[in-house]
Parts: sequence; structure tokens; C-alpha cells
Amino acid sequence: MKTCTFNIKRFDPEKASTPRWAKFSVEMEQTERLLDGLIKIKDNMDGTLTFRRSCAHGICGSCAVKINGKNGLACQTLIKDMPDTITLEPLEAYPVIKDLVVDMSPFFEKNDKVMPYLVNDETPPDRERLQSPEDQHKILQSITCIMCGSCTSSCPGYWANKDYLGPSALLKAYRFIFDTRDNASGERLEKIIHNNGLWRCRSIYNCVEVCPKEIDITGHLSKLKRLAVKKKLLERK
Amino acid sequence: MKHHYDTVIIGSGLAGLRAAAEASEHGSVAVLTKLYPTRSHSTAAQGGIGAALGNEEPDSPEWHFYDTAKGSDFLGDQDAIEVMCEDAIRTIVELEHLGVPFSRTSEGKIAQRRFGGHTRDFGKAAVRRACYSADRTGHAILFALFEQSELQGVNFFPEFHVLDIVIENERCLGVIALEISSGEIHTFSAKATLIASGGYGKVFRTTSNAYASTGDCLSILFNAGIPLEDMEFFQFHPTGLYGPGILITEGARGEGGILINAKGERFMERYAPAIKDLAPRDMVSRAVMTEVREGRGINGRDYVYLDLRQVPEEVIKERLPEISTFCKIYLGIDPSGKPIPVLPTAHYAMGGIPTDVDGRVLKDERGSVIHGLYAAGEAACVSVHGANRLGCNSLLDTVVFGRRAGMAINSDLRNTEKGSIPQSMIDKAGDEIDSLKNRTGDEQAGTVRNELQSAMTDKCSVFRTEQDLSDLAGKINELKEKSKKIELKDKGKIFNTELLEAIELDHLINLAGAITHSALQRRESRGAHFREDFSERDDRKWLKHTFVFKTDDRLEFKYKPVTITQFQPEERKY
Repeated sequence: MKTCTFNIKRFDPEKASTPRWAKFSVEMEQTERLLDGLIKIKDNMDGTLTFRRSCAHGICGSCAVKINGKNGLACQTLIKDMPDTITLEPLEAYPVIKDLVVDMSPFFEKNDKVMPYLVNDETPPDRERLQSPEDQHKILQSITCIMCGSCTSSCPGYWANKDYLGPSALLKAYRFIFDTRDNASGERLEKIIHNNGLWRCRSIYNCVEVCPKEIDITGHLSKLKRLAVKKKLLERK
Repeated sequence: MKHHYDTVIIGSGLAGLRAAAEASEHGSVAVLTKLYPTRSHSTAAQGGIGAALGNEEPDSPEWHFYDTAKGSDFLGDQDAIEVMCEDAIRTIVELEHLGVPFSRTSEGKIAQRRFGGHTRDFGKAAVRRACYSADRTGHAILFALFEQSELQGVNFFPEFHVLDIVIENERCLGVIALEISSGEIHTFSAKATLIASGGYGKVFRTTSNAYASTGDCLSILFNAGIPLEDMEFFQFHPTGLYGPGILITEGARGEGGILINAKGERFMERYAPAIKDLAPRDMVSRAVMTEVREGRGINGRDYVYLDLRQVPEEVIKERLPEISTFCKIYLGIDPSGKPIPVLPTAHYAMGGIPTDVDGRVLKDERGSVIHGLYAAGEAACVSVHGANRLGCNSLLDTVVFGRRAGMAINSDLRNTEKGSIPQSMIDKAGDEIDSLKNRTGDEQAGTVRNELQSAMTDKCSVFRTEQDLSDLAGKINELKEKSKKIELKDKGKIFNTELLEAIELDHLINLAGAITHSALQRRESRGAHFREDFSERDDRKWLKHTFVFKTDDRLEFKYKPVTITQFQPEERKY
């Protein structure tokens, strides 16, 4: 057991116009999750503490927050890896609704702009469309995204310009552009080649550092950039 | 705010989304979820979705049918099982066409692996039937269905918490829900309402289920006089990560993992000589608990090992990456080098809202329906899983019966007029919220919830007795009284999750009562329901479905015969 101090940035729009900081002292096991600590506070100390959670093992993406200055999932961060004082803030760059809960709609709206679905208008075969394991591997990392919002919220490009699609939406575009079964790659690429799209990525790698699924997002975006340059060069010829 | 749709669907997991895609072809559809759609618990399904594609070795829908009936300990309705298994291949092909990124064979076909209870030639040996996307199959399917349903113009209402489902004169008129971000009450009038809200594993302490899995809609319907079917049958998955109870897919054993006890014995050889570690989950869970009880748990403690050390590292990397990560994050071990400590974890509700094979909700054991009300997925009981579900049949169930419910809605819509939700019902929902917020007392929701979950796990788990169950029933009554003295600290409107947790707790207590009393009634052992005081299956007395009704705070039991078409009950050996 160890005593942890949870230092949490709180905001209740029904009570105050500005955020405040609150400290909670909680007895934690080394193997417990940060999320367990939040639940202990809510259950035993202050029922008004507000945060999102669901699966509690890093697959639903609900509990992304800023942990000691770095975005991550509260359910995937163990106490043993934390200092005695843990500072928690809501994800940066999204409007705060209450305490650690932010409005995710700007995040999901960006995703909608990249044709985030498989397009294939050809008459489907009676059985599955064939895809080699090598081709499936091209999208393997990108399909593991859980859309927690950690990446886009950590991106200085997005902080500066909220119209920027952001790493998550661009990764979603990658997932379909590089799927051999998709027929709309050209059209989808056009939707992301603009100043608020692919070219606003400055390869800062914040997204890669915070991704709880360890996806090399910047690497994927670089592949998209190469594809976009090639497409434009070919069009010029 | 008042909304009007042809169809309202509660839940955005696989069943809800597949139904939404179908129903949106013929009318307007709203999907309500208390999370965001991509957070639905279907996303946590790991190992696979079953279909006799025969991509890796010969297989047939008839073998799948037999395995499912036998796996259900012959409590599954065979007309429904046949529907599911016959539709399985078409279902998987359709999912693939919609964009699901399945793992592939070297020929480019959908890859398949072995799973518990799935066999060739009516039980001869394990067969590769589970179609998978590494160990993230639920996530892969959920995302594809969400993406396609957005494309089809389905209207999503994320973070809406259902307060009531309005039924008048045996007809469902729609839903009353709380917009979590604002605290405002919204009504959704609809010709058709589909419950696809998933399971209720959070009645237990150790569970693979998400915090959101609290069975709100089942409890609401139960209170409204709709029966719940086969609630005593709750599946305990044999390989939950020791401690947090996080699921380690059966696919780990499908890829060659084995269970070992303190003596290093592969103990499943004794319990299921033919298919060993790939026996159905109820049998493996009992075997694990027996080993522990008889002192062969690791270091004399209450867990055994799931050993993947003999599985080639590249297989783990390619096909089991997610569970390897879980082991590394939560236990600090690499499964290639060290065995994984596991213990059964509450995983899946076989019981639920009774429906016919087209998702229409039944109001009694005779098969009469509530007009305009449908259910599919884990929330429903068709029943294809009977007393024990086979692995990789739940994803199949959601997609097959989600689609069928959508088709039934489409055909029923033509003959249905729009109803409207009476103001009195809306006022009642508002009053209930106010009374929860104004309640005074010295209890806390978290404490009562923890007591409930612990009691359920201790007394209503893999092994059950009359004594434990009646003690538990008393405890649940006590907790019901305690819950009336819970005082909320958060009186606000905006994102009041303390309020939502209090509402969910009432539902959990309600469902815990239904489970416990159904389990007390059934004096036999079948599938996941094992009574130490009645340890044999008793087909003469108990080859029937339990229907529990709630009337004036009392529970009443009725029974419905099992539909048996092709496979007569036989001794269940593997």
C-alpha cells in the first residue's frame, strides 16, 4: 500500500466560472490502476468528482486524461509507475464539460470528414474478398486505434488551429486508403490534402508518444504524405 | 426535448448497429447510447466470431448446430440455433464486405482458429471455426458497423441514459432518456423500440464486463411486468486475469495454450479427455475451481496457470497481441516466458429479455408479444445459448439476430401508427430523478454496490448451494433497503454521474434478485448453473426455460418448454 495524492483540476460550470484544484489522499495498492483511485475518491470521499470510464482495460478509450502532463488512459496506468503525487487534468484543447470530462464532439466530427468507411461499389463476390496477410498488415496498426482522443489533444498543430483534422482523423484516412479492398482512396486522399489536413502535420511525434495503443501515427502520416506528393506529381505530368 | 423516429434503438454495440443498418433502409432511426458508440462493450470481444466457413479445414453448419445445442446443455432452442448456424457463413461474408479487417490465411481468406466446444464430426475433435481479427475481433466489427451506419444516415445520440421505456396497452411507444451532458430529459417516440443494451456483468465483483454493463433496460422492463428468461444462467469465463478479472481470450487455448495446476499437470485431460483445454467454458471453469478447492491452485492459492510458453512467439505476436499487452501492463509478465495466473471471471449473461427468432419481445411463456418492442444481443434471450454459451457464438448472435430484428421492424412498421409518450410518464421520470437527488441518509452508492457485487461473487458463482442462495436473497433485500438511504452529494444537472450510478445500482439490485431467485428455483445442475446440492442434470423436471415475473414486488415463476428439433439431450461428454 502507498498513500497517493491525487491533485485534480476540477470545474463545475453550475458552481463557478473558472476551474480549481482539489487534492485527495488515497491509499492505493501498487498494482491498482489510476482509474481505481478515481473510483475510490468518487465512492468514498467526494461523489461529485466526474470522469468517464467504461471497459477499464484500455480498449474502449473512455478514460483518456492528462496524467502528470502527458495524455494517457487512467485504466492503463498503474500506481507502481507513478510518483506519490499524481496530477490529473482534462484532455487539452477540447471544451471542458465538468471536471475531467471534455466535449468529444469536435474530435468525432473531424473523423467524419475523411470518409471513414470502406467504399467498394463493385458487385461483391459470393465469399469474402481476398486480401493477402501482407496487405492486411499494411493497415494492422491503424485498425487498433480506439479513438480515445489522446493524440489529437496532444498535438501542437491542433492547439494552434482547431480546424486541423488532427492525427486521429488522418490515421483513420490511412486505415481506408491503404486497405486493398477500398475503391475510394483517391477521393479520400483529396479530402485530406489541404492546409487544415495532412500538411499541417509537422512530425512533432507528440501523438506517437501518448498513443495508448503504441501506434506510430506520425509514421503512418508520413506514408500518406509520400502518397499525396506522388499523386500530385503524377497529375502534373 | 421531443424526438420522433420510426425506430429507436437503445445500445450501439454489434446488435444495435446491425439492426440500425437494416431498419434505416425503411425509415428513420435513432440510436441511443450511454457511452459513445465506439466505446460499446462489444469492442472488448477478443477471440472470434463463429461460422463454418471451412477456410482452414472441413466444417459444416450442421456440426456448428450440434456443438451449440450440446454446449447449451440442451437448453438452447434448436429452431433458433439452427437459424443462427445456417446464417453464420452469410453473416461473416457480409461483415467482410462491409470492411471488417479480418486476419487472413496465406491464400487471403478469412483466418480461423479453434475455440471451446467447437468440433468436427459431432464432437470428434476441435475444429477451426472462429473467424478473427487478431484478438480484437469485437473492436474490428464494431468499428466497421459504426462506420457503415453513419454512412447510412443513422442518427446517434451519444451519452443518453435511458430512464424509462414506455409501454401502454401492450404496445411500446418509445423511450425517455436523460441527456447526460445537460441533464435534460428527452423523449423519443417511435413505432419500434429495440433493446440492444448488452449485458449486466457488473452485478458481480470479478467480471470481464465494463462499468457500463449494468442491465438498465432489462431492469426497467422487468419492473414494467415483462418477464426475464433463464436469469440463473450466467457464464463464468475460466481465464480472467487473476486480480482485475480482465478477459484472456479462449483463443489463447485455441492457439495451443494449456491450463496447469500447482503440480504442473495439464488438468483438463482429466475433465475432458477428447478436447481437453477446449472444453466449453462452464466445464473448464468448474475444473479450475475444483483444482483450487482441492488444494492444487498455484502455491496453494486461488488461481491456476494459463501456459502459453509452448506457443510460438510469432503466433502470440500475430494472433494474441492484445492479451499479451494486458499481461505486461497489469501483471508485468510476458506470456512467452511466464505462465499467466487466471481465475474464472463473470463474463456473459445467457439469460435476458425473452424474444422470438425475429427479436419480438415476449410478454409471457406462451409466446404472446408486446407490439413495437424488440430485443437482440446479450440483453435478449432467444435462446441460442441455453445454459452455457460457446465462445465466438455471442458475436454471431448479435449480428444474426440484430439483423433479423431490423428486418422484423421493417415489416411491422407498415402496420403501425405513431404513438406519443404521455406527459404523465415524462413527469414521473423527472420526479424520480428529483427524489433521488433529494434523498437523505447515511449510505453511499459505492459501498452498497461493492457489498452487492461481493455477495454475488461469493454466493452465486461457479458453484451454488441452497444455503448460499437463500443467504444471498436475504442480503439483497437488506441492500435494497440500504439503497433507499443513499444520499447524493452531486445535486447538479450537468454530467451528474453520481446520479447515474445511483440509478444503475437500483437496476443491479433488481437483476441480482432475479438471478438469485431463479437459481434457487432450479434444483438441478445444467450448464453454467451448478447446484452442489443437486449436482445432476434433471431433464425430466427441468428441461425448460425459467420465466421470472415481478408482480407487486414479489417474484413469480413460470416455465416454457425447450424447442428440440434435431438433437435429443444426451450425456454431455467431451
